[in-house]
Amino acid sequence: MSQPLPMFQPVQATTWQMYRAMVGVGLLCGLLIVTVYQITLPVIKRNEAIALERAIFQVLPDARASASFQFNEEENRFEALEETTEGGRLVYAGYDDAGQLVGLAIEAEGMGYADVIRVLYGYSFAEDAIIGIRVLASKETPGLGDRIETDEAFLQNFVRLDASLKPDGTELAHPIILVKPGKKTNPWEVDGITGATISSSAIADMLDRSTSFWIPLVQRRADDFKKGAS
Amino acid sequence: MSMHDQPPSGTDEFIKGIWKENPVFVQALGMCPVLAVTNTAMNAIAMGLATMFVLVMSNITVSTLRRVIPRQVRIATYILIIATFVTIVEYVIQAISLDLHKALGAFISLIVVNCLILGRAEAFASKNTVVRSALDGLGSGIGFVFALFCLGAVREIFGAGELFGVELFHDGFQDWVVMVLPSGGFFTLAAWLLVFNALRQRREAAQAREVAI
Amino acid sequence: MNNDPLWAIFLNACLINNFVLAYFLGICPFLGVSGKVATATRMGGAVTFVMIVSSTCAYGINMLLIAIDAPFLKLISFIAVIASTVQLVEMFIKKVSPALFRALGIFLPLITTNCAILGLALFQTNKEYNFAQCLVYALGAGAGFTLALVLMAGLREKLGLASVPDVVKGAALTLVLAGLLSIVFMGFAGLGA
Repeated sequence: MSQPLPMFQPVQATTWQMYRAMVGVGLLCGLLIVTVYQITLPVIKRNEAIALERAIFQVLPDARASASFQFNEEENRFEALEETTEGGRLVYAGYDDAGQLVGLAIEAEGMGYADVIRVLYGYSFAEDAIIGIRVLASKETPGLGDRIETDEAFLQNFVRLDASLKPDGTELAHPIILVKPGKKTNPWEVDGITGATISSSAIADMLDRSTSFWIPLVQRRADDFKKGAS
Repeated sequence: MSMHDQPPSGTDEFIKGIWKENPVFVQALGMCPVLAVTNTAMNAIAMGLATMFVLVMSNITVSTLRRVIPRQVRIATYILIIATFVTIVEYVIQAISLDLHKALGAFISLIVVNCLILGRAEAFASKNTVVRSALDGLGSGIGFVFALFCLGAVREIFGAGELFGVELFHDGFQDWVVMVLPSGGFFTLAAWLLVFNALRQRREAAQAREVAI
Repeated sequence: MNNDPLWAIFLNACLINNFVLAYFLGICPFLGVSGKVATATRMGGAVTFVMIVSSTCAYGINMLLIAIDAPFLKLISFIAVIASTVQLVEMFIKKVSPALFRALGIFLPLITTNCAILGLALFQTNKEYNFAQCLVYALGAGAGFTLALVLMAGLREKLGLASVPDVVKGAALTLVLAGLLSIVFMGFAGLGA
């Protein structure tokens, strides 16, 4: 091609057209996105809050109302947040009809067989134990690893999984551990699932880690959660 | 491309995308997000519909603006437009159903790099009227949904013994777990391609025989 | 905040959740380029490089978008950055090694629509990795992609000498091979736990 390329027309007109097109399209696109975002944002937030509350009520069977709490490290206490929002560093409190504290719902996560598993578990002050669990997110193998969500015998583990503390209140009296299916003898053990060892062991591990961290803290500051406290 | 003398009608544009030029089975386009979310029929259809929405809307927009966008920046503007509609469809899905959004995950966003959409914008929408572009997008989109449904249905039926969550077989049925795993996706698509290829070869052989007579 | 150790992230991205064989990302070049081992290796190298650069930029952009509270611009900015990165890499390779540039041919600009790179940016943002974790994740993903590509190329080179039925030739055969490779890679699951 010995002739100059036809693209090199009078530079002024073409460059202006290019800028006009890109900026114009950019503005139009930006407008569309922001509009849709503003419209859908409140709907999404509301749906998320509803889903979270439903999960909290599932792991704290007697709860009828909930509230989110964030730990304020400087003041060394738990503060109530205005709306029930999601977040890893939050704990949720459940209250029954009379406004009494039923227990706390706490998130835990850990690496399973395929990917990270996230659960929400309910902790009862009265029983010093985990009283419910719900899997929030899991990509475990269908039919094998995902039995952590469906296996009746496995879920029985969490009706009253002991999470009591040592007398000095600094750590768990007995770490939560996985045992072979059918070999459970103590209330702090978790019966595994045959054929889904890694997934069930992941659950036991993350509960152990999470309770070791949170339970001493929430026991010390238990009064923060009573309705009308902060 | 067509052997007729008059240009193809609007209906032709619409129909060709469904079977003869089916994006997934014939043109092997847009397969990336396809396989990952076809483990159930419901997810597959949802993903297909989302892609169809983006395809139709971007075709319409590109066609409307086709005289205003200079050649040099066309790919960049097309991608900008496609990314906009993908962002929109993601927020809409999130607002409609959190569960669906969680199931499809990041793959909704990946619609933006689906070669199918950019391909249709460049090959068709930039050169045709708005109505024809919309029909083209609709046709290819439906073909895409159809292809995804074929994949998703087979995987769900054999991998979980269900279709749309409805149990199909009696309790004795052993799920072919491999079908809902990534490998199953590869095998199922290979099987469908095989079927399509066989059908096409047979049709071409029949046409060759007709011409020879 | 994510607490995964770096070695676990690398193994996860490379073997356990291989981007091609577990997530189905990057299939276009996978089916198109994986004919010869030599080309496959070079493509893998180019993709790894683009992944590392894009990962870094995606991390920065995400920080910026969080700061100005505009999460809805995420997709557009990511794709813009990836396209520019590929453009820059193309110019860089052209200058440094014209032979390599010619060998890669059309596949270099095709990296832009490679779902694996955008997927990488999106996944690392969802997992809230810090900067070091992002880099390792990109490295692992690129290594895994190259591994899958090279394995596939090796298999297809051998298959080129075998007689295969017509209906299966081409994409269908490659997909069956990919399915088998995917099953093999499942053996790595549980490695990081």
